Order: sequence, then structure tokens, then C-alpha cells
Amino acid sequence: MCSLTLFPPPLQDGQTTLCESNNELLSGSNTQNASPMSLHFPRESLKLHSRTESSSKAAFLDHSETLWMRSAAAWRDGGLTGLLNEITDSNSEVPKWLSVGSGCILALLRWISSFHSSLFPHLTLSSEDMIAEFSQVLNWSDCVVRAFAWHPHTDKFAVALLDESIKIYNPKSTTTPTLKHRLQRNVAAMQWKPLCASALAVACQNCVLVWHVDPCSLSARPSSSCAQVLSHPGHAPVTSIAWSPSGALLLSASPMDTSMMVWDVAAESCVPLQRVGGGGVTFLSWSPDGSHVLASTPSALFRVWETRMWTCERWPCLKGRCQSGCWSPDGSRLLFAVEGETVIYALTFAGAPDISTSSLKGPQAAAVVADLSETTFHTEDGDLIVGGEIQSLAWDPRGERLAVLLKGDPQATNRPAIIAVFKTRTSPIFELLPCGFVQGEPGVEPRLMQFHPNFQHGALLTVCWSSGRITHVPFYFLTSAVPVVGLSGSPSLLHPLERPADFASQSLFTELLS
Amino acid sequence: MFAADSGCWFTQKVLCWRAAASVAWSVLLLPASTAAFVVLSKLSVLHPVQMFADCVSVLLSAGSVFSFVLLAGVIIMVGFLTFEYYTVIPSIACSKVALLGQLLHPRQLLYCLAHGVMGVVVGWSCAVTIGYRYERLAYLCPQKDRDGLLHMCLNEHHLLLLLEGGFVGLSHSLLGVIQNLNYVSFGTVQQHKYLCFKASLPLAAKCSAAQAFYSVRNFVLLYFFLGHIPRAWMCKSLSLHLDSSAHPLDSISGLLDLSLLYLLWISATYLLFSWYMTLLLFRIFVTEAYSFPVQSTFTEEAPQCLPKVLSEKQPMILKFLALQDLSLLSQHSPSRRSQVFSLSQPGGHPHNWNAISKECLSLLADLTQRLVSYHETVATNGRTKSLSSGSDRKTSSESSGTEDLASCRPTFLMKTPASVFLRSVGAGPQSPLTSPFTPDLDSPFASPTLRQLTSPVDPGSPWHGVVQSPHVMRRAPKLWSTSTDSQRNGSPPASPATLPTPKPESSKPSFLAQFFQNRREQVKHFMAKRMLVMYLFTKLPEASSQALFADGQAHIWALDGLSYLVQASFTEDQFGVVQTTLPSILSSMLLLQEAVDRHFKLPHASSKPVRSTISLGDSSHKTLRFALRATLKTAIYRITTTFGAHLHAVQLSAEHRKRLQHFLEYKE
Repeated sequence: MCSLTLFPPPLQDGQTTLCESNNELLSGSNTQNASPMSLHFPRESLKLHSRTESSSKAAFLDHSETLWMRSAAAWRDGGLTGLLNEITDSNSEVPKWLSVGSGCILALLRWISSFHSSLFPHLTLSSEDMIAEFSQVLNWSDCVVRAFAWHPHTDKFAVALLDESIKIYNPKSTTTPTLKHRLQRNVAAMQWKPLCASALAVACQNCVLVWHVDPCSLSARPSSSCAQVLSHPGHAPVTSIAWSPSGALLLSASPMDTSMMVWDVAAESCVPLQRVGGGGVTFLSWSPDGSHVLASTPSALFRVWETRMWTCERWPCLKGRCQSGCWSPDGSRLLFAVEGETVIYALTFAGAPDISTSSLKGPQAAAVVADLSETTFHTEDGDLIVGGEIQSLAWDPRGERLAVLLKGDPQATNRPAIIAVFKTRTSPIFELLPCGFVQGEPGVEPRLMQFHPNFQHGALLTVCWSSGRITHVPFYFLTSAVPVVGLSGSPSLLHPLERPADFASQSLFTELLS
Repeated sequence: MFAADSGCWFTQKVLCWRAAASVAWSVLLLPASTAAFVVLSKLSVLHPVQMFADCVSVLLSAGSVFSFVLLAGVIIMVGFLTFEYYTVIPSIACSKVALLGQLLHPRQLLYCLAHGVMGVVVGWSCAVTIGYRYERLAYLCPQKDRDGLLHMCLNEHHLLLLLEGGFVGLSHSLLGVIQNLNYVSFGTVQQHKYLCFKASLPLAAKCSAAQAFYSVRNFVLLYFFLGHIPRAWMCKSLSLHLDSSAHPLDSISGLLDLSLLYLLWISATYLLFSWYMTLLLFRIFVTEAYSFPVQSTFTEEAPQCLPKVLSEKQPMILKFLALQDLSLLSQHSPSRRSQVFSLSQPGGHPHNWNAISKECLSLLADLTQRLVSYHETVATNGRTKSLSSGSDRKTSSESSGTEDLASCRPTFLMKTPASVFLRSVGAGPQSPLTSPFTPDLDSPFASPTLRQLTSPVDPGSPWHGVVQSPHVMRRAPKLWSTSTDSQRNGSPPASPATLPTPKPESSKPSFLAQFFQNRREQVKHFMAKRMLVMYLFTKLPEASSQALFADGQAHIWALDGLSYLVQASFTEDQFGVVQTTLPSILSSMLLLQEAVDRHFKLPHASSKPVRSTISLGDSSHKTLRFALRATLKTAIYRITTTFGAHLHAVQLSAEHRKRLQHFLEYKE
């Protein structure tokens, strides 16, 4: 087991990572004239909502209604607790026994719910805090770009911004549609529907929205009638969504709901898949071959669902909840990171189960494949500490580069959040080799990253930075495993012969050693 | 034993066992729900010990064993009726009259009657189980009559429970028709039966409680007004007396007895819950995926193989299960896919693939044909509507099916000229769309000249009001049109017998014929002005669109199966058997895509159904057309992304090639 010490040292101040070519990460210092591909959303340009109150009740004049009317309104707005509150508050109008009784029931309910939330502490969080806690985005509540999604087949992508709008960029068209919807608040995740040109699923605070953005339309503001609203009582806030790779089903997860929903989007119907342990579902990841789904919970437990009969395996973790995970392109290997630990684990699954064998034949234990504990690099600008807990993992669609977003320490100046990139090989044996760190402008942290789903010349990592800039870092390499179906020419920037650098020859992990 | 020409082996070997298993499980679960009912009926917070003792004594008594046997019989009967009446294609009534026709169909009446009788039996069991004042139908009158004789008096409480059981049973069966309770839909995801059942249990409890509440409310109202009739009849037929000292129950004070209402509600909930349970278990068991062999080494098993079974017409569920199996095997099972792509041993023909693809393509072609003919039937209607005056358009775009009666009349008068000139080209005798009041194909008037007549009618023009031209009079107003499924499901299409259908006539009609035309037109005008007739005959806005896609699930599976197989053939098909059919698959999918796109441009077709309230009736058939549209697009994309630029080599018409290019560029 090797650590981050094998990595090439981080860049000096003022240098940014540009691309990988000839097995080396190239850097440059000209940050001002960044490539035209990069987008920039300065925080000042966004019109943010200043509204803090959830209800506009205070703005209206008070007028006296009968107790009956008020109770009915309270029942409609706040359910049973609202009704009990109303009765307890208006103790001058109702008989004493009623107000005392409802007060007692209210206290009992609160006691029970406090007991419940002491089992699952996350239930006491507000919706926004909960999304921030379980999101794959680092420091979500402060982030200008809250979610990012590449289209699985074309070069367009969607960006969800802090002002609750979503913009869609398409290199082939000049219009950038802006999506706004009344219910589109606190976007936690987005994903385009596979095998479809137009459908974009958005996980919002109270529902899942599925936008249908016609790629040929010239409208810059598609109306909210283009969006389907998928909501289920008790299923909010939605923190993660996942389309099945075949495009037929959509999964959604909420930390408040112990069941994850399988949506038939066209019919707007859902099947809840309930397993009580864990107290909710926070993160979903569908394997690229469609056979398995990773579903992590707020407790130290995650599940791996098999998608034919929808049975699941429980995987209890020792320390904390599963923070993030990603699948190898063939769906046979799952890498995941656990909160409170600084290592990456791997699980290996047998090939896609045949129709006759519905049971999972999974592994017995997870293997540690990389140790990302804190490592000090001595640079000219002083010591730099790299490593620590993992925020998110991303594996490129060919299975050759693995990007790991490390949380860092917001208090310490010499321990920034950083993206570490590994070279990976899945066949014939699983191997991890160091590649390097991806860094941005000085003082700017990476918040969110995603690989382009079909980049011709290797892998393309898109990083959203805390400054509101979105940059793309290409990794040029020749792929050995997957032949490219398209008839494109050979990569232009690539050197035909691999020139192994001295640090890159040392592997971090191979299956032969373990 | 196995009839080679029909799927009767399937009914015998699989369906019956599945139904029997579901009934057995519901009988096994009956003690649990009965125990819950007993506890709830004896509920008393103040004396828990006594309540517990009561419950145990009731549950162990001989009477309860007898009533339990009776209830088990009822459950078996309900299961049998469900098995007899279930359908995988929902019957969608296009108008109120069609719904009425469904309700009054003799077969349906028998069903309702059986449920009513079973409801009475359950009501009796409930009464016996509750005990106290409900237990017996008759008791000794406290007072002697003038002769000093003791008489038996009628126990109205017992009678109330019996009648309530019958009422709830009847209303359950009637509501079942309206909510399509007998429609068995297939789930979005495959799950084990136990998990399915566990997930649907809370819904069943909630539905039965809510439904019981409404039924009891209606029953109490009914009994308040009409309760004296069954009471008097009971007294007379059993020669019982009425207890003059007891308070009659069909009075406000008699019915406002909280404990009585609670017991009525609890027993209605119990009845509905046990029946819903049977229904749910039946649905879960019967829709379980069945794995058909793709090919068999033994010739006698050939009729049970997938290619053969796919083309079966009866029973319908066999075809559905086969298509479901096809879609599952194409997604999940490489070994069975390889059997599909294999060649026959002597001869080297891809019989399996040919049979499967032929059947799927014929399903798609059938749907395309249906959509095209429907579109041609309503195209004129839709066009006129979209051009006509504002008020007319407003009503036509109203998605609610409940146009109030007051607004119905004026809009009809405006709408009549538009809907009169309907031309049904595709609705020939072989067409599934049987719309009465539409002229025959061979009528010489089904010609382009008619199209001029279908243009919007200016209210100021002489066309408005009195319509005199014989050309026009031959066109009858299409008040409603029913669709395919009523025949398939056994109930006949409810056609208005009072109104004669037009006959093909010569181009120069005689005076007599003209006279009859005039008369008929007058009758129609007269009828149209009557609100009730209009109410009954107005088409429910979305229903015809729903009815077109009633068996959409089969098409969805066919599309899924075909597209997954084609996708897999890119790497797995060693002999290239799929390549030969690829052009026809692509063109039939693109044709269907075109037809579906056109259909969704019609008014009402793309309006979403209102979310149904709590009910166990499956409303998934209402959204099948959206699911089909999404699946179709995904299926085409699946093929285009797999084959990419290779598709340029496929033989297609220029128009289809253009369409396909859109898909290749992700612009659809």
C-alpha cells in the first residue's frame, strides 16, 4: 500500500494544470487569458434571492377568523402538529381540557420525534443543511455552481447556479436556454436521461423535476410546462438521482425517506423500494452496465442493489457513512470512500447476473486500494499538506483515470482542497498508478468535478471552481482496452510512445500485491 | 393434453396454479385480518383486560369457526370471480353511455349480484362475531300482544349489518367497473412477491378504510330514507314483529349512534380489506414473470416456446407474459439471447429470430395502422375545431370531462356543424374504430368535396341553423365513438339503438330518402337539445386516446425487446440474422414514431390525466401513451447509438433516412 508521497509535487503558486500529455501533467501560469472553453459565473452577476422566510404570512394583516376556520387552515398547512399547535395556542377560546390535551399530545409527539432523531441525527437538519451535508459538491451551500451535468451522448452540458436557474450550453447552437421553475429550489444534482436528446432530471428541495428541452428549439426561456414534476409525500429533500443506463427508469433518494423511488418518468408513477435500516438514502450511483446500484445511507451502512429483481446487499462500514462511490465502466468494480477515513475501498462483483441466477454473488469484503492520508510536500512557497477525507470520486468512462476530490481543511491555509488523479487499469488486473494533482488559480478551490462521457482523445475532466469558473482539463492518452467506435483520427496532442516518468512507474496498488 | 393451437396448456398449467396460490394465501391471511377485526370491534380503552378476554373467547368459540369457514368460502369465491373477470387490457368507456352499457351488461350484473350476496354473508359473519345486540336476527319480544302470546321480534341492528354488507359489496363491484379494478397491470420493476405484497399492504388498508367510510355514509343516507322497505319485507316474509318499544333505526336519533356507526365502518373496512387483499395477491401472482424456453429439443414442447407463444391470441395474458419475458431476456440474459440469434440445425434458418421479429413488427404495424386511421377519422374534426371561434376552442381544449350541463347546450349548437361533416376513411368494417353515425366508405360523398363543407361555419351564413343540403344531411353528427376494447372484453359496444345508422346511397337521392334524411336530422336536433342525452353521449375528452393505447404495454415490451435484441446483435449476433430485418425494424419504428407524433398533436392527447385519489384501481392505463412515446424514442436512440454511422449503409427510404439523421445527431 502506497500513499500520496508517490505523486509528483503540487504546482507552485500561480500555476494551473492545463492538460495531460505524454504521461505528464502540463501546467501554465497565464491564468487571465484562459481557454475560450471555460465559463465563468462571477458571484456578483447572479441575482440572488434575499428572501429568508419560508412563508409570507407576516406580510399580511391579521384578521380574526373563527377557531374552526383557523384549525382547518392549520390542518391544511401543517398537518396534525399544525392543528395541535393552533389549538394549544388559542387556549382562550377552546375548552381547557382540549388545549391541555393537545398540548400533551404535542409534547409526546416531540418527545417521540426527538427520540427518533437521536437515532438518526441527520433528521434534525434543515433541508438546505441536509443537502449541503450529503451533496457530492464540496461546500455546497456556498457554491456558485451547484450542479453540473454533461449530456451522455453529445457535447452539451447543464449548469445549475446559485440563483436557482439552470443554463444549458451547446456548442452547436448559439442559444443558451435558461430553465427556471417555481419548484426548482436548492438543486442538489442533475442528470441527463441516457438515450434521449432532451430530458434532464433535476433533484430539487421538494421534488424531482424532469425538463424536456427541445434541442432544436430557439427559445431562451422554456416555459415551466416543459417540466414534469415528480413528487411523493415524505420524499424531500432529494439529494441524489440516477437514470438507468438504458434510460427507462429514474431513481431518486432523500435522506428523510427510508425508501428510494423508482420512477417511471413518462407515466409519472413510482415504486418505493423500502429498507428501513440506515434512516434514509443519500447518494445513488448506477453502474454503467446497468446491473447494480450503489445506495448509501446516512448511517455507517450502504447497499448495493441488483437491478433485475431489486434485491440488495447490506454493507456495514466501520467508521462512517459512504460518502461517494463510482463504478468501473464494465460495472464489475465499485470504488467507494467512507466519511472519516482517508482510504479508497474497492468491491469486485461477478459479471452481469444471468436471468437464471437472481441472487448476487458478491465479494466478501472490501479491499483498500489507495491510502490518501495527509502527506506534506516541501515546495518553494512552504510546506503544503495534501490528503485527508474524500469528498467525491469520479472515474472516466474508459476506466483509465480516477479523479478524487479531497476535502482539505478550510481553516488551514496550507491544506487546500485538491483533486488527485490516478491512472487506473482494470484488465487484466486492477492497478492504480499516480498521475498528479489538478490545481486551479491561487486561492481557488475545486468544488465539483465530472468526466466528459465520450471524449475522443482520452478523458476530459470538467472542474467547477469556487470562483464560479468552469474549466476542462483534458487527459490525452491512447486507450488500449476499448476500441473507439467512431472513425476519428488519432489524437493530435498525443505522443505515440508512452514515456514513463520515473514516479509513474511505481504503482500504488495492484491486485497482484494484495 | 396440450392443444397445439391455443394457449390452453398455459391456463391449465400456470394460470390456474397461480390463481389458486393467490387464493390460498388470502385464505391463510384471513385469520390475521379477522383477529384484527375482532380486536377493533371489541375495542374498549377502559377495560383492556376484559377486552382481551372477550377477544380470545370470541376467536375460540365454535360460532367463529363456522363463520370463518364461511368467510373462507367467500374469499375463494371472490378469488374465482377475480380470475374469471380479470383483464390485462383495460376497458375504457368513451362516453357515459358506454360506461352505462358496461355496468348493465348481464355478465357484469351477475358479478355485482354475486358480490352483493357475498357481502351479505360477510355482514352476517361480522354481526355474529361482534355479538351483543347484533348477534341474532330475531329475539323474543319484551311485550306480549293482546292475546298474551310471545312473538319473535325483528332485530333491526342485525338487519342493518346484513344490508350494509350487501350494499358495500354491491358498491364495491360497481365502483370496480368505473375504476377498472379488474385491470391487471404489470409493474415497472420486477420484485419478489413478498416484497410487492408488503409494499402494497398499507395502500390496501388505507383504501379500504377510505372506501368503507364513503360506502357507510351512502348506506346510512339510503337507509334513512328507504330503510322501512327492507324492514317491512323482512318482517312480512319471516312473520316477525316489530318491537314497538325499541327505537326504529331509520331515524336521525337511531342512526346517530356512534358505536353503531363505528361498527358499521369497521365491518365495511374488514370486508373491503379482505377482498382487496385477494385482488392484490391475485395481481401479484398472475403478473409474475414467466420464463418461456426460447427453443426446445422436443417437438411436443414447441407450442410452449417463446416464438410460438408470442403469436397466441388467447388467453391475452399469455401474450403479455411472453412479451414481458422477451423484453427481460433481451436485457438480462446473454445465453437466451444467443438462442434467439441461433440458426436451426438442419437448414440453417433463423426461425426463432424470424418468428419473434415478425410478431413484434406486426404489433407495431397494427398500432401504427390504428393511429393513422384514428387520426384520419378525427383530423377534420380537429382541424375545424382549431380554426373555429374562440368559445368553441375553449371547450374543446378543456381537459376536464365534466362539462357542466348548462354550458353544454350552447356549445353543442355551435359545434354541430363542425362535427357533422365527419369523414371516416379508415374506419371501414375491418377497422377497430367503429364509430356510429359515420358514413360508409363507398359512399360517393366521401370525396374531397366534403372537405369544403368541413370548413368552419360562420354563424351569419346560411349554413348556420337550418341545414338543408342533402350533401350535408347525409353526414351525421358523431356524438361519440367507442373503441376496440369493448368487444374484446366481452361487453358489446353500446350503440344507441334509437338512432338509425346511415346507409350507402346513390349519388342522386330520391325524394323519399331525402324526406327520411330530413326527419332524422330533426330527431337528432331534437335529441341534441335534451341535456341528458347530450350528457350521456358527449365523448369523454381523453378517453378515446386512452382507448387507442389500452394495450400499450404490449407494444412497449415489443419495442424494448426488439431494440435490446438489435443492440445486442451488434456484438453477439454471429450469423448476422438481425441485419436482414434491420431495415424493416427501423422503418416500422420510424413510421410508428411519425404516427405517435401526429397523434400527440391532437387536442386532449397530450393532456395529463388528473391524479387519482386514493384508490386501488390501477390508473396506469391512463398514462400508457406517454410511456409508449418515451419508450419508442429510447428504442430508436438505442439502435442509433449502437450502430452509429453504420446505419448509413442500411436500405431506407429518403424520408426515413432524414428522420434517422435527426436521431443520429440527437436532435429529436
